Amino acid sequence: MSMDLLDPRERRKAGGALQGLGVVDCDIHPQFATPGEIHDFLPERWRDYVRAYGGFYRQPLADTLAHPRMAPDVARGDAWPPNGAPPGGDLAFMQAQHLDANNVDHGMLMPLNRGPGNQRNLEYGAALATAVNDWQIACWVERDPRLHASIVCTQEHAPFAIAEIERCANDPRFSQIMLPPKSLEPLGRRKYWPIYEAAQAHDLPIALHVGGVNGYSPTGSGWPSYYIEEQHTNVQGMQGLITSMVIEGVFEQFPKLKVVLVEGGVAWAPALKWRLDKHWKRLKSEAPHLKRLPSEYIRDHFWFTTQPLDEPPDDADLLETFELVGLDRIMFSTDYPHWDFDEPSFVAAKLRIGPEKLRAIMSGNARELYGLS
Amino acid sequence: MQDQAAHSMAAQRPASGLFGGRAVDCDVHISVPSVKALLPYLDSYWRQQFLTRGIDRISWNMTSDPPNAPLMIRPDRRPANGRPGSDFSILKDKHLDLFGPSAAIANCIYGGMALHSEDMAAVVCTAVNDWIAAEWLDRDPRLRASIVVPLNNPDLAAEEIERRAGDPRFVQVLMLAMGEQPLGKRAHWPIYAAASRHGLPIGVHAGSLYHHPALAGGYGSYFLEDYVAQAFGFESCVLSLVSEGVFAKFPELKFVFMESGVTWLPAALWRFDKTWRGVRAEIPWVKTPPSQVVRDHIRLTLQPFDAPDGAGRLERFCEQMKTDEMILFSTDFPHWHFDGEDALPIDAASPLARKILWDNPRATYPRLNALSPEVAA
Amino acid sequence: MSKSRFVVARTSDVAPGTSHRVSAGGRDIALFNLSGDYFALGDRCPHESGSLCAGKIVGFAEADEPGHYRIVRDGEFVRCPWHGWEFDIRTGKSWCDPEKSRVRAYQTGIASGSDLAEGPYVAETFKVSVEENYIVVEI
Repeated sequence: MSMDLLDPRERRKAGGALQGLGVVDCDIHPQFATPGEIHDFLPERWRDYVRAYGGFYRQPLADTLAHPRMAPDVARGDAWPPNGAPPGGDLAFMQAQHLDANNVDHGMLMPLNRGPGNQRNLEYGAALATAVNDWQIACWVERDPRLHASIVCTQEHAPFAIAEIERCANDPRFSQIMLPPKSLEPLGRRKYWPIYEAAQAHDLPIALHVGGVNGYSPTGSGWPSYYIEEQHTNVQGMQGLITSMVIEGVFEQFPKLKVVLVEGGVAWAPALKWRLDKHWKRLKSEAPHLKRLPSEYIRDHFWFTTQPLDEPPDDADLLETFELVGLDRIMFSTDYPHWDFDEPSFVAAKLRIGPEKLRAIMSGNARELYGLS
Repeated sequence: MQDQAAHSMAAQRPASGLFGGRAVDCDVHISVPSVKALLPYLDSYWRQQFLTRGIDRISWNMTSDPPNAPLMIRPDRRPANGRPGSDFSILKDKHLDLFGPSAAIANCIYGGMALHSEDMAAVVCTAVNDWIAAEWLDRDPRLRASIVVPLNNPDLAAEEIERRAGDPRFVQVLMLAMGEQPLGKRAHWPIYAAASRHGLPIGVHAGSLYHHPALAGGYGSYFLEDYVAQAFGFESCVLSLVSEGVFAKFPELKFVFMESGVTWLPAALWRFDKTWRGVRAEIPWVKTPPSQVVRDHIRLTLQPFDAPDGAGRLERFCEQMKTDEMILFSTDFPHWHFDGEDALPIDAASPLARKILWDNPRATYPRLNALSPEVAA
Repeated sequence: MSKSRFVVARTSDVAPGTSHRVSAGGRDIALFNLSGDYFALGDRCPHESGSLCAGKIVGFAEADEPGHYRIVRDGEFVRCPWHGWEFDIRTGKSWCDPEKSRVRAYQTGIASGSDLAEGPYVAETFKVSVEENYIVVEI
């Protein structure tokens, strides 16, 4: 029973476990200060394109999803900077409200802006990816070295994607390669293997942050009516990603590849491992290229961020699922400035584990994965 | 109809088999051997269509149900000839007499329901139900069946439910987990209204019409992926049925998820409850936590039980779900989920086993409520 | 446990239909004005400590059946600006888990027979009175 969340002593104790510990936040969303800010980073030809055509996605509404979110700009109500920028759009406000206030030593940027990887116009997507990558560095990482950028690219066309990865991969200000889970084929398919090859060669993790637009319904049974359903499909997206990448043999092909699943939650993972193992044993003949149990590939190659923190009625169940996934594979995240933000001391209080294991989740695991100081 | 009722009640087998009659197998598969087998049940128009177009010569195997894949047919259940699941004597000798349930619910997952022509799909479903009654239900008083309905036209599906409801051996309505729209959508409500009227649960079975890929990222390469992904489809089902207010509209209705897997459900409900606490106003007809709605209205068949053997996960499931009333015994015959007679991952003599084998199915299916394991003279 | 009384604001600081944040007695408090009646909640959502003062003041959405929506008690609920939990401004009770929610009886005058069972779903409430043009909170 979570009654003692209200207990100030419990929270101070949890806060105490964190005192002095710089956390690593594995999911922060930077936003353009103004809609036109990204144009400074686009060549003239593409500024004209954007003015005339805008983004072109596989969805009915040009500028937004057909499931409206629960909060303006998907954000916490208190994350609107007083200078008029949108949530996440003002570094000074982000520093005060989050990075400094929550003792964030390192923040991994997850730019969801304009979805370069989901643009139907691949050339525009490539130009946009370059622009977003340059913007992350100029407007965020250079101004606050606690922040680390993610390389976005157009995964649907390998030559463009590889070109952008190669352009950025040797720049230590980029910590990973970010792909949208909603791609045109499941991400385990061979089409995407050149990207994994590049990632492995550069020792960069692949980050898969929930979301994207690929034209398919988010469920195998069609389009849900309500946002509450659609929000939940972040889980099915992650389940499908793991299934595809494991069964297609991505980890046989790229044994050093590391994948971070961001903002999908964690608690669904143990049951997926059991299910994959059980059915693979019977259907091995269909996928003989797999030499190990699916759960073994998952254990070795996937990391999970904590937000949105699963909240079973019994905290012991939360700990059990984390242990079944592997405490060394779980990394704290907040999703700042989004509404379902997790506050660090809340997470610390919910995880009734000793200080050493807590520090690993709040900080150590990410430092090790990303090679942070 | 009276004869059928008398037939099913009076001619029950004596207590025998592994479970001594104190069991209901809530998911066995029977399969139509060929389209030809349905011809006697078609009228002259449809018989002519099928014959002139060669429809009687084609296979309606479903992509989500490849009959010869190792998981789908245990070697000792394979018939010498013909399609797996089409041989009555194998079902009887190698399964019903062995396990000895008092009743077994036969599900015919048949490709006819995937046809785009709504009329043809409806006619095929009617023919299949006629065929089930004649070729299976009439041959063994233990057998019950799900009403096969055309998934692409809920009004015609409701008509078939009305047509079939008078035969008490049909105990639920069959739908697939992955069709054109999520199962909670109002377009499906004529089916739920008809089922509600007759006290018939909706049996949602694993399977897909492939109007949408099973994975959110698109079409994968392997059946194994899609089979695993059935659980993801059922997870969407839970979200849809609850969020759309199906149980607010039809408070007596129950859904049985068949061949869905089991162990994915608790984490799904932890998350659903968590999100609902803040998003409640979007679906204000959901007045209790979603997990409570599920506890009251949704049941799962046992097999495949997707957890390591001997790990105590069935007991943990009941603890996490805060109920022992959710699981219904099934073997998923002839699929290969267990070897020998190991259909039950817990001690068959335990109180939980009794609930799963006997109490829960009879509480879920009103038409099985009065089932008794002893012989009636 | 004895309580102290704090003058925290002027009545004119809290216009009807708005919230106003004050600090007193080591606590952050959200003041609300419902048509001239003042209420005080701990400015900390019992979920993850979001500031209730930063949340939207709303009515309670109800439906008897799917597709038929209505709002009752408009302006008497506050939604946490983070995860959206809804709290009855008058009682602090959250509607996300009615079975577990109980009124936390800080106030005198509330029947002592009320359940005092605490859950994670109740925002702390404080007794409020108005003296001349000042809002007084008991902490």
